[in-house]
Amino acid sequence: MKITGRVWKYGDDVNTDVIFPGKYTYTVSERSEMGQYALEDLDPEFTKNAKPGDIIVAGKNWGCGSSREQAVTCLKVRGIGAIIAKGFARIYYRNALNEGLPIIVAPEAVDAIEHQDEITIDFDKGEIITPKGTFSFPPFPEFVRGLIEDGGLIPHVKKSLGLE
Amino acid sequence: MGKTFAEKVLGKAAGQDVKAGQVVTVEPHFCMSHDNAAPISKIFKKIGVDKVWNPDHLVIILDHAVPAPTDKHAENHKIIREFVKEQGIKHFYDANSKGGVCHQIMCQEGFALPGLVMVGSDSHTCTYGAYGAFSTGIGRSEMAATWATGKIWFRVPESMKITAKGSFKKGVSAKDLILKIIGDIKADGADYMSVEFHGPAISQMSLAERMTLCNMGIEMGAKNAVCPPDEKVLEAIKDNAKTDKWEAIWADEDAVYAKELEYDLQDLEPGVAKPHTVDNYAPVSEVAGTPIHQAFLGSCTNARIEDLREAASILKGKEVAVRTIVIPASWKVYRQAMEEGLLDIFLDAGCIINNPGCGPCMGNHEGILAPGEVCISTANRNFKGRMGNKESFIYLASPMTVAASAIKGAIADPREVL
Repeated sequence: MKITGRVWKYGDDVNTDVIFPGKYTYTVSERSEMGQYALEDLDPEFTKNAKPGDIIVAGKNWGCGSSREQAVTCLKVRGIGAIIAKGFARIYYRNALNEGLPIIVAPEAVDAIEHQDEITIDFDKGEIITPKGTFSFPPFPEFVRGLIEDGGLIPHVKKSLGLE
Repeated sequence: MGKTFAEKVLGKAAGQDVKAGQVVTVEPHFCMSHDNAAPISKIFKKIGVDKVWNPDHLVIILDHAVPAPTDKHAENHKIIREFVKEQGIKHFYDANSKGGVCHQIMCQEGFALPGLVMVGSDSHTCTYGAYGAFSTGIGRSEMAATWATGKIWFRVPESMKITAKGSFKKGVSAKDLILKIIGDIKADGADYMSVEFHGPAISQMSLAERMTLCNMGIEMGAKNAVCPPDEKVLEAIKDNAKTDKWEAIWADEDAVYAKELEYDLQDLEPGVAKPHTVDNYAPVSEVAGTPIHQAFLGSCTNARIEDLREAASILKGKEVAVRTIVIPASWKVYRQAMEEGLLDIFLDAGCIINNPGCGPCMGNHEGILAPGEVCISTANRNFKGRMGNKESFIYLASPMTVAASAIKGAIADPREVL
């Protein structure tokens, strides 16, 4: 799998409250409605203008704070292709894999990538191709690849229980 | 070579000898969900399984918005009640006088027990480490999958050992300690790790104080946080443990840690987390005099009877200068506060007392802020927009600092009024 997209770049410790505000957690319940609030308290430009295929690039500890899965879902339904960061908070990391949203830890690539760059991610080769050069990242472990290929945890569990 | 708490508990649950870095699959003992049990039940149904793996392992507690403030919230609660009935879930706490904030109920009602592996669809599930449990937060899909299969995978975490000695000076509390620790190691300082609290100062602490410490483990990125299952824990659970499957498990003396820290409580002073991150620590003395518009004494971090007593000791006979919202952690705490005369002290001082629940902590209701307003709060998060408005400002502090500030109408050092 290979994706190319435009970059939205952010800093360290971006928390789940600014990705998907708490006040919407029980008033916005349909997945399809969640995308319109993505990053509302972090970057209104993103909320207005992010397009399917865009890629988020961030510093350390992306997604710290709440366990709310909507902070992943809102980006997934918005069509975000991947998140590259220096690191992820652990619940967010699991939620992203469970939603089948590719996330990549690649600190050197993060430093090289600028806001609004166009970059390509080659998941099979484990490469990020940026205007400043190509950076590699370790391929996902097999069971994580399985999760992403099946489209997330729920389809994966259905498959494993023979309920497809 | 000795083993850490996490290695021992996860090893026991997995039925094998494990060390940090290994991935294990375990059956969690209790699975806690709150108002998000409604969306989880919808995801669960998509899997195509009719019944949860074992309804007695599920605990559902309504607290995030009770009673329902909008029709959407009401519908959400209705879905949960129907699901509880359909699945035969006996551990259900509705919006009534048996309930309260989910993490308080889990500890107060005997679900949080030493040596159990517990998961919750809430990041502050790490609170149960105060009772010696291995407990951690998970997302909605993962909870739905766990309901269906009874299984969850964990990477056995590396561990961090935090040793505390000495005793708090007057006006200083467990909240000041944990805010200082998070300020020192930052929001990612314990990412993916199991945080163990050790030392004579932890033994001296009440379970309420230990809950405050463990509750905020997630604010430094920890997977779980835990205190030793000592005689205080055993005494607390002896009459109300919800299962006999627990076991007092603790780290070996010679366990290996990724990081070790030491604190002398004698060195601490009252502190705050400034807007908009929990690791933005400052001693109260640095921010004293900052005008506030609201004070909030509540949440899963600091609304137990011990916290209310500390705040009441400062508010007694005084009057608050700003709107002050008091929300006891549970109805049991509420009743005890009533019997001890604490509610009268709050009312005489001009505070509002709301029903137990999460209240305004994450912006649902009962104390949302206006643009430009400043709130001092005993809760655990001060992220931008957390209390419902992204142009407001939240300072986190101890119950004593919040009470002293409420009287002054500006951030104040509790030592000046004690």
